[in-house]
Amino acid sequence: MGQETLIEAIRKTLGPAVEGVADSFGDTVLILRADAVRPALAALREPPFDYAVLLDLTCVDFAAAEGRFELVYHLYSMARNVRLRLKASVPSADPAVASLVGLWKNAEWLEREVFDMFGVRFDGHPYLRRLLTYEGFEGHPLRKSYPWRLEQPRIPLKDEA
Amino acid sequence: MEALTRIQSRARPESMLLNMGPSHPAMHGTLRIMLELDGEKILNAECEIGYLHRGFEKTCENKTWFNLLIYTDRLNYVSPLINNLGYVMTVEKMMGVAVPERAQLIRVLMSELSRVSDHLTCLAAMAMENGAFTVFLYMMKAREYLWDVIEFTTGARMTTSYIRVGGVRADLHPGWRDALGTAVRETRRVLKDVSGLLDKNSIFLGRTRGVGTISKEDALSYGWTGPCLRSTGVPYDVRKAQPYLVYDRLSFEVPVGERGDNYDRYSVRMREMEQSLRLLEQVAALIPDAAPLPAGPMIEPAEAIRRSRRERTVERIRLSPNLEGSEKDRLGGLTAAVPPVSVPSKEDTYTSMEGLISHFLFFMSGKGIRPPKGDAYFSVEGGNGEVGFYIVSDGTDRPYRLHLRAPCFHIVSALEQLVSGRLIADVIPTFGSMNMIGGELDR
Repeated sequence: MGQETLIEAIRKTLGPAVEGVADSFGDTVLILRADAVRPALAALREPPFDYAVLLDLTCVDFAAAEGRFELVYHLYSMARNVRLRLKASVPSADPAVASLVGLWKNAEWLEREVFDMFGVRFDGHPYLRRLLTYEGFEGHPLRKSYPWRLEQPRIPLKDEA
Repeated sequence: MEALTRIQSRARPESMLLNMGPSHPAMHGTLRIMLELDGEKILNAECEIGYLHRGFEKTCENKTWFNLLIYTDRLNYVSPLINNLGYVMTVEKMMGVAVPERAQLIRVLMSELSRVSDHLTCLAAMAMENGAFTVFLYMMKAREYLWDVIEFTTGARMTTSYIRVGGVRADLHPGWRDALGTAVRETRRVLKDVSGLLDKNSIFLGRTRGVGTISKEDALSYGWTGPCLRSTGVPYDVRKAQPYLVYDRLSFEVPVGERGDNYDRYSVRMREMEQSLRLLEQVAALIPDAAPLPAGPMIEPAEAIRRSRRERTVERIRLSPNLEGSEKDRLGGLTAAVPPVSVPSKEDTYTSMEGLISHFLFFMSGKGIRPPKGDAYFSVEGGNGEVGFYIVSDGTDRPYRLHLRAPCFHIVSALEQLVSGRLIADVIPTFGSMNMIGGELDR
């Protein structure tokens, strides 16, 4: 499947879920509606698209300039040896998106990391808990509003609590 | 009151909860595995990571494109050169830099040295934790020979920062060919010995055969890559699937396993090291000997600076020994000239006004390496699997966002599933065969 026909086919399948297509340094980028993320990715996982691997999931904070968080998904199709990047914007006021748990097994940790670092809520996630920082950490460190080298309050020892 | 973890809230009242780690000799770095036990049997497991979280991604947003390279050394600290490579190739992709042939070959050489040392470290630790201390010592010995080659050229064993945007920092050390010959010969010998010690060893087989088994489908669903995925029979290797550097011109095979158990992960790594040694020999034959520097008198740096105050220096300048290999005559074949992405030659910086200006234009804030606006993803095959960098640039001298796709993040996330229903003793070889590297996992 050529690049053009692939995008054509994806657009046909996903319909209004696709808001736009872009090209960034040779990578194909699909811009999705935030409320359509889960069904769209579920459809892409199945043949004929066959994007069976969720390579990566992360987020970019554009809150200060544009008032939004951008979720970035990287998919990989083992059968066709192509990668695809998908983006979806959520408002920075109450960032939330549907969870991918149930579609891919690594989504659980990837989403916990994004929740930890950005405070994006994943609806339907069974265990949305901080992953890299600890319970009681204040704020979300990868947000642009979080200062670099901010000190965290000391947490009491377990015996003191 | 701290909220209960999943395992605490779901545990049966009669079962025992046990922490394995974070401070435990077999937890490579720091990882906490909470186990719900019925006797020696594991009913449920939960991993807690983040003990080595140093805010790598946040730090990178506050460092210039040039300065953040040193932080990439500290991700997978057993094969730092591959992390350097992943980062610089992503930046090069954004800036459209064409890297000279010699630098590309040197990069392949360094990648493969790192891959072998990565696999050696993983298997050495795994074997030691299963009681095979001899294997640990043999493999560490081989790793020292490999690190000699790296150390000669880069000046460091682990924190190398050698692969730079545009090429490499300096040319190979004059004695690299002999050192590499020794390293390859000694590593082959060690691999043969280790094969003899472990391949049919009933204790080792008992701990690894059929233990920690994962299916092809589960491995893909967990986003596994690298030797762990290949042990399930999926021949995915970034070097073959999306070739970079000169890998498409070299011949090597991608070994795969059948069952996806601990033994297959061991065996895939052993066979991959043989392929990497093959690659090292091929690429060494392709790298021509460095042209000797022109003969003739050289002046000391202090003398050159003194003379340059009165008139332009024409004499050749001796560089300090720690800049060996990055002489001006050599840099042309090692780094891309256009766009200006690499440190200007020191001879010019200290003796001419233009040289000094170009030095400042490289290091001053707001100047230097500045990829155009946009985002890019690029990945290379690391020791553990696909090391990917997703970088967003806003056109300034610092990345707007830099995200690392750490291969062992995905691999370790499957640990809970792999050990549930097994015995406590099975945690050790299963975890050992995953090659968890804290720096990369926790960032």
